[in-house]
Amino acid sequence: MKWTRRDLLIGLGGLPILGAVWWAGASKVAGSRSSREEILEQLNITPSLPPAVPGIGGDPVRIGVIGFGIRGEQLTRALGYATPEWLEEQRLANLENPEHKALEDFMSLEKLNVKLVGICDVFDVRAENFIKAFSTDDNQIKRYLTHQEMIQSGDVDAVVIATPDHWHAPMSIEALNHGVHVYVEKPMTHTVSETYLLREAAAKSNAVFAVGHQHRQTLSFSTARDIVEKGTLGHVSLVQTNTNRNDDNGAWNYDIHAKASPDTIDWEQFLGSAPKVPFNKNHFFRWRKWWAYGSGLSGDLLTHDYDRLNCVLNMGIPSSVSASGGVYTHNDGRNVPDVIQVNMEFPDFSTGSSQANGKEKGMTFCYSATLGNGFNRPTILMGHDATMELGNRLTVWPDGASTRYAEMLEVEKMKPNVPIYQYDPAASSTDAVSSATSQYFADKGLMWTYINGVRVDSTFLHMREWLSVIKNGGKVSCGINEGFDEAISAHMAGLSWKLGRRIEWDAASEQLVPIEGVDFDQVLLANENWNEQPEMVG
Amino acid sequence: MEQNLKKLNISVTLLRILIGWHFLFEGVVKMYNPDWTSFGYLATAQGPFDWFFSFLLGNVNIGLINTLNIVALMVVGITFILGIFERLGAIVGIGLLALYFMAHPPFPGLTQMNVEGSYWLVNKNLIELVACLVIYQLPTGRYFGLDYLRKNKLKIQET
Repeated sequence: MKWTRRDLLIGLGGLPILGAVWWAGASKVAGSRSSREEILEQLNITPSLPPAVPGIGGDPVRIGVIGFGIRGEQLTRALGYATPEWLEEQRLANLENPEHKALEDFMSLEKLNVKLVGICDVFDVRAENFIKAFSTDDNQIKRYLTHQEMIQSGDVDAVVIATPDHWHAPMSIEALNHGVHVYVEKPMTHTVSETYLLREAAAKSNAVFAVGHQHRQTLSFSTARDIVEKGTLGHVSLVQTNTNRNDDNGAWNYDIHAKASPDTIDWEQFLGSAPKVPFNKNHFFRWRKWWAYGSGLSGDLLTHDYDRLNCVLNMGIPSSVSASGGVYTHNDGRNVPDVIQVNMEFPDFSTGSSQANGKEKGMTFCYSATLGNGFNRPTILMGHDATMELGNRLTVWPDGASTRYAEMLEVEKMKPNVPIYQYDPAASSTDAVSSATSQYFADKGLMWTYINGVRVDSTFLHMREWLSVIKNGGKVSCGINEGFDEAISAHMAGLSWKLGRRIEWDAASEQLVPIEGVDFDQVLLANENWNEQPEMVG
Repeated sequence: MEQNLKKLNISVTLLRILIGWHFLFEGVVKMYNPDWTSFGYLATAQGPFDWFFSFLLGNVNIGLINTLNIVALMVVGITFILGIFERLGAIVGIGLLALYFMAHPPFPGLTQMNVEGSYWLVNKNLIELVACLVIYQLPTGRYFGLDYLRKNKLKIQET
């Protein structure tokens, strides 16, 4: 039997096609891989590994919780204690949507060596809930009517403070003075002078002081620090960071508890140093809306973004701050702005330069926020050589006019619209996020970090670090110095908005540059537009 | 009639080779790229069959799923391009495309991810699936492909 040429052509005609397609596929992959490898090799970025924290050995740390509201409950959960109501809620949420994994996440958290021993909350219902949920036969939790009583009892090693802002510093100072360890929510203080007093108390005390900026545990941020330190972005001249929320919860209009009344709330104690006003449920549950107890966008949300960037760039306190904005989206009697733009100037700051020496220096940190729109504007670090989007995911794009990457851009090994680096520790994880506000925090990397593809509550890691330092010594990642930077920067933003003028910082004397006739603390605490418009409440 | 059949054979052969081309290229690109995984595609599955893909992810090793996908793509590609065992290739192709279709069906109310164009009930996966059905019903390997040699050989031996 003999094949003719025609037979072979017809019979084997597919072979060259097969070969061509195979070759094209293989070389496409090889080509893109080798240029990717070349880029990665040049960038030399090391994704951060989870910090190794020495164990919390010995006797359990005896913890007292001050403030068991929304954040207090979250912090208590991070310590490993969830109320039965929350557990049931999460179980039902999971039945409805199997991807809602908050309960599974909670159950898989490592057990911390702590013992809840006390609760202090001026609202009876919350204090009683705490005791009902966490008291056991061999551990009866005690309710303290004041924080002083709890701190001075000798039964508490450490306190977790999740109160309105105006109580943060007095409680922290009281605890530090009595050698009781402190985990306090942000912002660390409510006024400028408190910030110095607290720093002094922390310096004098042997107790461990930590500020609740849990995102310091987020692995993408430590990776981002590595990226910036390696000069990947070149000189960063502008950082843009934003808050966009458009729901009641995001605008601090939290639920008002049905049992709230002058009989169940110690109103005098809630007010503390705040102006004496008659009992007001709105003020109690929605305190973030008034300067008397809270600090609005600048203290509540700017602090997150500021500290997030301070942990990546370590830029410290700005030399000046100007802010503008107003109450534009929620004219409901609040006196903190719901739209704010804050520009912080760092004229001497640099992340390194790929250009002629001295050409580049200085950076503006721009925080732009509204509570009337939910469009997601990412955080962006803008450098001469590259742009980085910072969140739980990191993406770095080369800049078309970069000096450092000029050669690679020229031969099209890099393209301005193609990322040169992406870090997505959650790539193999699909978790449902429950609400708009949680999505806001999750996108920013403020809720979770991902370790080996598994999401871990960063608040848990942050508290674990604090407990570990209590037992083993060492340094917390957000201590008094980081808190000092955060608080002063936030107060500068608040002051600038309230005064409508630029606030300056003198780094040498570590003081705000005085303005004649202006008492900064008085300004921060001042409450114009105090009267409630009852029809807007609810 | 004879003339029409010849034209039809040429068209179907062309269709067969192009589909084979498409499958083989997808298979080769995935095989050579160690970073590729079907995880995201399966994890984002939606529509009435999403439970199946969640089940698959939860119970079968992802490496095995990836390998099977590559092997299936290449089986279709090689059989279609070379023109041999193409009916087997067509069955594998139909199965694979049915899975792709079910993972991300273009049903109203579902968000279409990573697709160009607009689709309602019918998308390109479904059309390619039906094209594989045509290949199954009209094998053309004996007109152009290895089957031509095989069939001719048999014919010669018969005479």
